[in-house]
Amino acid sequence: MKILIVDDEKDVEMLFRQKFRKEIKQEDLELVFAFSGQEAIEILEESDPPSVVYVFSDINMPGMTGIELLQIIKKKFPQIKVSMISAYGDSENYNRAINSGAKEFFTKPIDFTSLKREIRGVLNT
Amino acid sequence: MENKALKTQESLFLKLTEALKKELSLEKGKEKIIGIKFQKSGGDWSLEELKVQDPGEDITRELSETKRQLKAVKKRLKAAEQQLVKQEKLASLGLLTAGIAHEIKNPLNFITNFSDLSVEYLVEIEELLQDHKHLKEIKDAFALIRDIKTNLGKIHDHGYRAEGIVRSMLLHSRGGNGHYDPVDLNALLKEYVNLAFHGMRANKNPINVEINLDLDPNLGKVTVNAESFSRVILNLCKNAFDAMREKAGSPRAPDDYRPKLKVSSFTENKKAVITVEDNGPGVPDELKNKILTPFFTTKKGAEGTGLGLSISKEILQEHKALLSIDSKEGEFTRFRIELSQKL
Repeated sequence: MKILIVDDEKDVEMLFRQKFRKEIKQEDLELVFAFSGQEAIEILEESDPPSVVYVFSDINMPGMTGIELLQIIKKKFPQIKVSMISAYGDSENYNRAINSGAKEFFTKPIDFTSLKREIRGVLNT
Repeated sequence: MENKALKTQESLFLKLTEALKKELSLEKGKEKIIGIKFQKSGGDWSLEELKVQDPGEDITRELSETKRQLKAVKKRLKAAEQQLVKQEKLASLGLLTAGIAHEIKNPLNFITNFSDLSVEYLVEIEELLQDHKHLKEIKDAFALIRDIKTNLGKIHDHGYRAEGIVRSMLLHSRGGNGHYDPVDLNALLKEYVNLAFHGMRANKNPINVEINLDLDPNLGKVTVNAESFSRVILNLCKNAFDAMREKAGSPRAPDDYRPKLKVSSFTENKKAVITVEDNGPGVPDELKNKILTPFFTTKKGAEGTGLGLSISKEILQEHKALLSIDSKEGEFTRFRIELSQKL
């Protein structure tokens, strides 16, 4: 299962790769990273249909925001699940994300226990 | 007979006055005839004296009155302007802090999560070295690993602590959100006292607390911003639990000390009143005023941000509610919320 993580902070890749190293080694989990909304769309468009099944995106990014990315993905690839990971956990951001079709909303600092639970739930279905 | 004559005379005078006003082209309301004297000589009436109020006098008085009013308005405007500038400054400062606070969460995310990861790795290293524990070098390495783990734990804890401060700051800077709706206050109290209790039980150093809810069933609905108001209840309960934990752990506490939290609701002068009372160590008189100040805390190290009560006070101010404290050292602390709206 291929998961795309979108965040403008490069260290996110190192963090996720290390946090999920067991799942990557032992289970069928592949992580890909994009550092902007634009790059994320390019990755999704690489293959048709896209090989990515789940996108986790930051909201506050330079250029395209995570909410805009979410709306584009939901329009172009409605089958792909999208969840948001943001430092801005206020109800306004939350409602906008959920109303635009986000599956879940995670806040930073990321609680990897709940994030792993979410991914495991998708892996097992 | 005499009466009738008087009346005729009166109306005659009124008519005369009117005629005179016209004659003297006095406009109504501008100048006043304040005295007329007639004289009868040889069967004929003649005007002896006519007193007219000097219009200038009136205008001068009016002008000085207007000037005085203008001065007062100008003074009020100046005060309002200063207030506005101050609020503007505060608002932009609030926005700035909110932005900074959010951005701080990003590095904190890395700090807490990378420290956790490093601990995981150390555990794995320990597993790898397990079989060689008899070697002196490895034994030393184990000791070092233990120290590193402790340090990483500290990094995690303090990162978490900083995150708590940031979260409180955001609650502080976020004003005006949420809706004011009529709310079943008793239900809200029940829910959030319970939530606070379970939150405390699930966290570090849980204590046993006897909870006593004394809620007035006739309280009815009260208009509050449930989102922020519930935060006040959580804060007050959390403080109560922390205070009672401190007392329970103190060597001076009586052997039979049992922490008790009492939350009551009732009406007083047709207003809704809520009290949150604990039987903890109490608040010394000299601290009663300080505890509502931002960042003031008596809690040790990482336990308190010193923002709980100041946020609560602020939220209650938005509700136009009063927060007061009553306490006796060694016996109790009682916070009282008086909502201003009439029921």
